[in-house]
Amino acid sequence: MPQDIDREDVQRLLLRGAQLVEVLPSEEYHEAHLPGAINIPLKTLDAQSARQLDAGRPVITYCDDFQ
Amino acid sequence: MNSRAAWRLEHLGFPHVYRYAAGKCDWFACGLTMEGEFSDIPKAIDVVRRDVPTCKLQDRIGDVYKRCQEAGWQVCLVVNESNIVLGRLRRDAWQAPPETPVEQVMENGPTTFRPDNFLEPLTRRMREKKVGTVILTTSDGVLLGLLYRKDAEARLQQSQTAKEP
Repeated sequence: MPQDIDREDVQRLLLRGAQLVEVLPSEEYHEAHLPGAINIPLKTLDAQSARQLDAGRPVITYCDDFQ
Repeated sequence: MNSRAAWRLEHLGFPHVYRYAAGKCDWFACGLTMEGEFSDIPKAIDVVRRDVPTCKLQDRIGDVYKRCQEAGWQVCLVVNESNIVLGRLRRDAWQAPPETPVEQVMENGPTTFRPDNFLEPLTRRMREKKVGTVILTTSDGVLLGLLYRKDAEARLQQSQTAKEP
């Protein structure tokens, strides 16, 4: 089960090599995103698009706010 | 959306998936770094003055006034041990007897703004309301500093000049 984390946890995990994924549509991603985040919009998230991620490292997903 | 994405990734075989539930609004509202097209647009955090004096609820108004005067400030913000903004001291408060606890004369729960507010609409609003300063905090209420309208206007002017050919 995915674990909920706060921004301090995000910063801690990033130091340990976590991958950040913004799941909003690309237009919103291009306007503003977290440093180093890649964009995999939810609508396009599948086995193929997920291949750009390393399953051996933590993955942090986020969108705008509590949705 | 975030939740669905996280579950999907788990199903796709990713064993270590985390959800940053509060999202990028939370991140930017704390003044943390932004990438993307909006990163170049002037924001409140760009002109905040972080050295605004602070005091605690139980401090005496006379002591606080003396300290602020010596530092050249007309305003002081009331915070707790976690630097959460509880109140503000302005001109009226300084008239109280010096032994008065700050809590009794402060402006309770002043309006605050976030560091990622775009500077142009914020400044316009300050101008319309004839407000000279606003307090910036994170979304958790932690003090970041004080924003002066004159600083904001100077920054916007600078930004405008930089765009001109």
